[in-house]
Amino acid sequence: MKMAVFLGCTVPVRNLSYELSAKRVAGELGLELVDIPEFNCCGYPVKSVHHETAYLLAARNLALAEERGLDICTLCSACTSVLTEVSRELASNEALLDATCKSLGMLGRRYSGKVKVRHFVRVLYEDIGLEALKKAVKRPLDMFSIASHYGCHYLKPSEIYDGFDHPEVPESLDKLVAVTGARAVDYRTKKDCCGGAILGVDEETALSMARAKLDDINSAGADAINLICPFCSVMYGANQRKIGSGHGVKYDLPILYYPQILGLAMGINHEELGLMQNPIRPRALLAKIS
Amino acid sequence: MESAQKKDVPVVTILDPKFKYEVAREPGGENIKYCFQCGTCTSGCKVAELDSKYNPRKIIRMVILGMRERVLSSDFIWLCATCYTCHERCPQDVRIPEVMNALKNIAVREGYIHPAFRAQAELIAGYGRLYEVDELANEKRTDWGLQEIPQGCPEVAEIYGITGLADLLSSGAGGKS
Repeated sequence: MKMAVFLGCTVPVRNLSYELSAKRVAGELGLELVDIPEFNCCGYPVKSVHHETAYLLAARNLALAEERGLDICTLCSACTSVLTEVSRELASNEALLDATCKSLGMLGRRYSGKVKVRHFVRVLYEDIGLEALKKAVKRPLDMFSIASHYGCHYLKPSEIYDGFDHPEVPESLDKLVAVTGARAVDYRTKKDCCGGAILGVDEETALSMARAKLDDINSAGADAINLICPFCSVMYGANQRKIGSGHGVKYDLPILYYPQILGLAMGINHEELGLMQNPIRPRALLAKIS
Repeated sequence: MESAQKKDVPVVTILDPKFKYEVAREPGGENIKYCFQCGTCTSGCKVAELDSKYNPRKIIRMVILGMRERVLSSDFIWLCATCYTCHERCPQDVRIPEVMNALKNIAVREGYIHPAFRAQAELIAGYGRLYEVDELANEKRTDWGLQEIPQGCPEVAEIYGITGLADLLSSGAGGKS
């Protein structure tokens, strides 16, 4: 199986360990991820400023993947939602496709509406499948308790995601954690948003949103948070110390990207998964394995 | 007498009864008139829980009443975190995050853009992405065995030209906020 990997803006600069571990694990599982360096921003940050521009930014990315005959596999949940939305709109709305093609033509590009978009973790869940993942596990992580953060755009708006998981009672990430042998931790605020989208508008509110979940996961006794979106990582990882110091708390709660958790369970060395490059270094966690 | 009037008479907001139709013509705003004010959106909104300035039910009511300037010039329309919780629960399929996007798109054309969103739009025009992938970043990528990423993407600036966003940003129309 071969897909174009869409890195987006944040992953290739701020979350290299996510990219590294996803590619490492994918290779092991027979999923070939092809880089397309010419990709631009998915369009999500521009959608609230100028709808047409956001759609055209997304369409150019879809066109680049179609030129190579590949579907898109995303690592960022916001990229997933905009690229999925636009790919579905263009596949079902001929007038919009015509108008978009006219604009793409000015860039010397074309698009016929064929590309499908899915999050990396959804590809693991649906295409590789839990059974195959279970077989790939060589070192069960039964010493870990891991709390999954679903975030928003991985699941919602649900009408663009073919019902692969339930937006109100999600389970895919918990099942993916359980497959590694780790205990999937349930907690009250599991479905809540990280607040990342309004960090630049109202930092206090955004950080308070992230804090509520950090508090909850901490008291649920988890060893780490399972993340599948680079911007959620900015909130829970890069901003963790800031959130804590604002309230006299020291969290020290490692954030792990799902392919890192899976990779560890598959017996891959933590260095090849970039674990010590994560915003919160998971020293205690790694000590538990060795 | 004059000062007594100022004190006692509430300020009357100028209403534009056609505003809701304007929003309904905007991509994402199509379903705004379906709203029957149940408040399911606000009751489940994590932003509203922490910041009372943001109240999606109230914003939609203001639009339907025609409070055009008040809504478009406000900061609160920029506070939707687009988590889509309200979207999943709305019994009338109002598509609230999309309505907020429609409002923000109109606000931008009217000269009101939040500075954070202007900054993001300009970064993307310049780099093709939100963050510059400079030589240092690419060196690090190469060290990690990851493919280099080209610096800049001229086609993105072309896209801004085609859609008119470049003109909109450079006209200074987005200066007010």
